[in-house]
Amino acid sequence: MSTLLDVKNVSKQFTMGGMLSRKIVRAVEDASMSLSVEKPEIFTIIGESGSGKTTLARMILGLELPSSGEISFRGKTVSHRVGRAERLEFMANVQPVFQNPFEAFNPLKRIDRYLESTATRFLKVTQRDDIDAAMDGALQKVGLSLAEVRGRYPHEMSGGQLQRAAIARALIPNPPLLVADEPVSMVDASLRMSIVNLLKSLRDDLKVSVIYITHDLATAYYISNRLIIMQRGRIVEMGDARTVLDNPEHPYSRLLKNSVLSTEDAGAGKLATDPGMVALAGELVGKAGRLVDRPDERSVRVY
Amino acid sequence: MTQDILTVEGLKAYYQMNYFGVSREVRAVDDITMTVRKNEIYGIAGESSSGKTSFIKVLAAAIRPPMRVVDGSVKFNFKSGPIDVTTATPQQLDAIRWRSLSYIMQGSMSTLNPVRRIGKTFEDFAKRPLAASGTPYRERVLGHLERLKLPADVLNAYPHELSGGMRQRVTIGLATVCHPEFVIADEPTTALDVVVQKEVLGLIREIQQDMGSSVVFVTHDMSVHANMTDRVGIIYAGRLVEEGPTRQMFFAPKHPYTAHLVASLPRIGDTTQRPALEGRPPSLANPPQGCRFHPRCPLAIDKCKTEVPPLIPVANDHRSACWRWQDVAPLVKPHQAHGVMA
Amino acid sequence: MFSVFRDLIRYNIEFAIGLILVGAVVIFAVLSYFSPVDPSLIYMAMPDQPPSGQYWFGTNSRGQDLFWQLSAAFRNSLIFGITVAVLSRIISITVGLLSGYVGGWVDRVLMFINDIFVAVPIFPILVLFYFVLRNNMDSFTLALIMACFGWPFDARLIRSVALGLKHREFTRHAVFAGMSTPKILLEEHLPYVMPIVFSTFMANMLWSIGLEVTLAVLGFTNLNNPTIGTVLYWAISHSAIVVGVWWWIVIPVVLIVMTFLGLFLLAVSMNEYIDPRSRLRRMGA
Repeated sequence: MSTLLDVKNVSKQFTMGGMLSRKIVRAVEDASMSLSVEKPEIFTIIGESGSGKTTLARMILGLELPSSGEISFRGKTVSHRVGRAERLEFMANVQPVFQNPFEAFNPLKRIDRYLESTATRFLKVTQRDDIDAAMDGALQKVGLSLAEVRGRYPHEMSGGQLQRAAIARALIPNPPLLVADEPVSMVDASLRMSIVNLLKSLRDDLKVSVIYITHDLATAYYISNRLIIMQRGRIVEMGDARTVLDNPEHPYSRLLKNSVLSTEDAGAGKLATDPGMVALAGELVGKAGRLVDRPDERSVRVY
Repeated sequence: MTQDILTVEGLKAYYQMNYFGVSREVRAVDDITMTVRKNEIYGIAGESSSGKTSFIKVLAAAIRPPMRVVDGSVKFNFKSGPIDVTTATPQQLDAIRWRSLSYIMQGSMSTLNPVRRIGKTFEDFAKRPLAASGTPYRERVLGHLERLKLPADVLNAYPHELSGGMRQRVTIGLATVCHPEFVIADEPTTALDVVVQKEVLGLIREIQQDMGSSVVFVTHDMSVHANMTDRVGIIYAGRLVEEGPTRQMFFAPKHPYTAHLVASLPRIGDTTQRPALEGRPPSLANPPQGCRFHPRCPLAIDKCKTEVPPLIPVANDHRSACWRWQDVAPLVKPHQAHGVMA
Repeated sequence: MFSVFRDLIRYNIEFAIGLILVGAVVIFAVLSYFSPVDPSLIYMAMPDQPPSGQYWFGTNSRGQDLFWQLSAAFRNSLIFGITVAVLSRIISITVGLLSGYVGGWVDRVLMFINDIFVAVPIFPILVLFYFVLRNNMDSFTLALIMACFGWPFDARLIRSVALGLKHREFTRHAVFAGMSTPKILLEEHLPYVMPIVFSTFMANMLWSIGLEVTLAVLGFTNLNNPTIGTVLYWAISHSAIVVGVWWWIVIPVVLIVMTFLGLFLLAVSMNEYIDPRSRLRRMGA
């Protein structure tokens, strides 16, 4: 098994505030995970705001550098402080999927210029026909075609089409890894499932691995193979998605699952949260503990 | 029979715009008729730009140009007397605002003045409607804070010193301190994390039960409706397409759009393929003829393309605007076994 | 672009009035290219003639036909204003976009320089330049110097827009589409600041022409070159009002007011047009 992405003991601290009220925020503490080349999967990072999930995603994309630890992609350290050629080579392999499809394209510009730029930069194609073939090929993968997209402006397309076009753009260099930061948190219900289903088919049909960052346990259960749950910068539980979510072990994971609004009892008005559960999960914030492996291949932080 | 506190009849609210020669008419609310009963939570669901925000703006008597109420009435039946907010004078509206009709907004930061202590904001909101001062006023406010499980010293805090959940609880406190008969809650938990969201929802429900007031609860998140509301109304492209008791809406929907919304919700313990709805909501400036849902509807027939289906009773307390409501099959059954489905 | 222009004329009364005023002044200035007399020569006509059929704007005490004199003066002043505006726009766009997008030490260095230019008083510097350069101080040199002082406020404005654009998702999308920094700045961000550039263009012209008038009236420019300022300088030095040659002062002042009012109205109406809120309303969002 060769590793595609290896996150090793990564921490990230930010210094906030001015000279007098300097405060160090530990966004991510000692996070480790890895993806293998052979087995494409959807790897989900679950967390609430302030859990460090977005910071971790930014570090994987090379937009931030870890304060300590190392992230490597195919054995090479991920960083934005490298030569342009090396950075482009990295981008050809790891591409982002954005949060808001309506924001992903410049409203004043045509959509196809992003696709074209990607094709010329990463595939090094220069012939008009080759560029078109690359763009069309990628758009076909997401259920669109170049004829539908060419010459169109973002406001002329629906949110679903835009998100598809953005994902198609990311697929042009045939990257083995996509990083999707909350790709469905800003979209309507009818659009949400079409995007989630698309991510699923990318994994199954195109063998692309996806790092799916979300706060929504239900979609995570629906599509992911493995997941990690983060609480205030620390990974508290990690393992197979079904194993963990069917039967979460860490108090915080249990609280999260318990807070998911289910439709089973629709109309019953059941909204009680067990205050003991909230208190128990809250107590564990800031405690170091250590991750312990369990027989069912999950790891749980114990104290 | 319970009495209705709100009766909306044939409401049409359009945006009429004329900028630089381009005149447009956006029919944000197009012929909505519904009622809200005393002591219930009525949920309004709809996608963005479905007109749900415009609808509650009218309910909240915040009708400002370019929006205009073209037709219909919005009558509240308060203890202080009936009032139609589409025709009421500003003085009449002032008299009911906060005391009888109140709002919980989406962004707590926009309700709370960042440079005023919470206590001051409470005074601004509550002193006049409560017509109390000194000890009785203070006791009233402190008692209310206790009910919201907020410590008394939040009154001395500034908004930025509180967490998101605390702030949202404070705005709920502001909206309910005068014991209003009718509260409009516009996506009050959308920006909150799941744990806090559930707490805040529970709190709103608790307060509502306590005070016996009515709440119109707006959100696009169907799982919130499932747990929060007594009845749900679904708005699509400016029209009310279905309305009924929450449980029936989830397990026996009579409109294909509702059926889809419910079926597309992923659930823990179920990995079966969820359908996605293609297409997008129509533009309100130029909606399709006939049933506005027909271009995306799996059940559409020729009739749907030309004739507008009326909102008719289809079951007890349940109305649907669909020509083929009898053919809408429920896509979700209650208490499905984990992961097994044909 | 053309339709925007047409809509503005049709539905924005300020813009229409501004355009008429500025248009009239521009046509008047363009007429100078067909002038029968050289405006730098003196005593070519009978001095101190009031406006008449022969001399529409009268003649001054130096024996010049004021119509052609002013026509040349407005041409020179407008060209001067446009030169300053174009040059300073180029500096402010470059500094603003780069500073906002690249950030870090580039931003700190550029903004440090920016603040120096904001703090330094421009008037004494211009006077100093005049005394150093003396006769070498032509219109273009003056325009260059003023362009160097006319950019910092607008650069800050552009920087603030660029800062917002930097965090928009489409910028990150462009980065991951392999676009280079210059391409992102010029093609993704520049269209967003162009409206600001247009409206500050007018404001900058107002500022530079006004400053030139001040310098000229005080005698700190090349007085043989007819500009709005030098026309007024000569009128004052010949005590035009005292000796009853009122048209020497009144006509240029009316024309200056027309120019300034016109430019101001154009700047204001453009500003309204580019204001994001009114823009959103127009797009129907």
